[in-house]
Amino acid sequence: MRDTVQRALVESAAILRGLGVTLRYLFRRPATVQYPEERPRIPPRFKGRHWLTLYEDGDERCVGCELCVIVCPSQAIYVRAAENTPERRVSKGERYAEEFQINMLRCIFCGFCEEACPTGAIVLGHDFELADYSREALIYTKEMLTEPYPGASGRDPRREV
Amino acid sequence: MIGVVLEAALKSAVLLFLLLTATAYAVFFERRLLGKFHHRIGPNRVGPYGLLQPLADGIKLLTKEDFMPRSADRWVYLAAPLLVMVSALFAYAVIPFGPPVELFGRRVNLYIADPGVGVLLVLGASSIGVYGLILGGWSSNSKYALLGSLRSAAQVVSYELAWGLSVLSVVLSGGTLSLLGIVEAQQRGWFVLRQPLAFVVFFLSALAETNRAPFDLPEAEQELIAGYHTEYGGFKFVMFYIAEYVAIITQSALTTLLFFGGWLGPVLPGLVWFVLKVTVFVGVFIWIRATVPRVRYDQLMGLSWKLLIPAALANLAATSLAVV
Repeated sequence: MRDTVQRALVESAAILRGLGVTLRYLFRRPATVQYPEERPRIPPRFKGRHWLTLYEDGDERCVGCELCVIVCPSQAIYVRAAENTPERRVSKGERYAEEFQINMLRCIFCGFCEEACPTGAIVLGHDFELADYSREALIYTKEMLTEPYPGASGRDPRREV
Repeated sequence: MIGVVLEAALKSAVLLFLLLTATAYAVFFERRLLGKFHHRIGPNRVGPYGLLQPLADGIKLLTKEDFMPRSADRWVYLAAPLLVMVSALFAYAVIPFGPPVELFGRRVNLYIADPGVGVLLVLGASSIGVYGLILGGWSSNSKYALLGSLRSAAQVVSYELAWGLSVLSVVLSGGTLSLLGIVEAQQRGWFVLRQPLAFVVFFLSALAETNRAPFDLPEAEQELIAGYHTEYGGFKFVMFYIAEYVAIITQSALTTLLFFGGWLGPVLPGLVWFVLKVTVFVGVFIWIRATVPRVRYDQLMGLSWKLLIPAALANLAATSLAVV
């Protein structure tokens, strides 16, 4: 009898403390944002849409080594490399990527390609609104992936890697 | 004579409209408040501040397919939600909302009826509602629904006792079974001050009576999908849903009337006080739902039989001695 009452009191105290906690939470600012109108804060190392970055002088960083293709766990990347020629020099290495495709439907945004890249050519940017209406439109080609001017992806074009 | 009938009919119609609107907004209130408790914003897209959300929900539910399981017991299956809703709404026949007001040059009482035994009628109505839950679960011919209704039967039987006993203490203190009389007896002080133990027992049992968290075992979605209304959809489901929220408002109104002086309060008109107090208690229901996880079945039974009923009985005995 006394045990039961004592236990009941202890447990009610715990429940009242719990109610206190939820009451405190009631007055906190919501953690969610009103998405389409209000933009979420994106952390600097967020892994979103890929960019193929350029050097400051406009040369492509990608040397067509295909390490990203090898490391990609979902096999989303396709690279066709070609040789640089004295008349037409695209990258600073021997080869460059003649075609570079990423299937955004397969990509899991793990960032392994960015880590594997020896020249820092492929980076994952901050854009996350990638929806589209067809499968074809979600295979990004080299034209779509290459940043339009050095530094357009938000990465410093003077960086080493 | 015809005037009296007309007045009662008119009041019932207005009350029904207000009550169903209030129910819809209780759901909205709950969703917004739960959102706040969860650090979310809650539904705010339909209309300003999401205020038209209940309307959108209603239209959606009304336009849903009206299906019935093939093996269901047809008539019982159809009657169960009706029984639940009607008995939930019935309590409002005797619940007073405030002091009489002057309207179109005549005195209008803010209640439909004031029988001498108002409290008993409310108790009886809520007991009948349980039959609806049991019949609904039984006639669905589905194991989850049946388990849900069995649980609700056991739960309501257990908690109705504690509930009734705590109400009885208040009735003794007030010296009347009429809800109007009980409120008037609180002119000198709310009964929550004179009957704190009865209040605690009453409110906990009220949570169980309305099948609310943490006593929502009859519709525990993790175990029973939706309990007794698993096989119901469309408008038949809406009736169960309305009944649940009407019951929450009823219990809040009863808490207000029995323990917190009903419409008594300074400055503001009585009706405003009443609505304010009821809203606060609906908020407390939601607050508790946002805090306490569901109890285990043996805890549910133990709480009622080992703690609440003895406490209510002791309280009743003490009150009787004090009154005599």
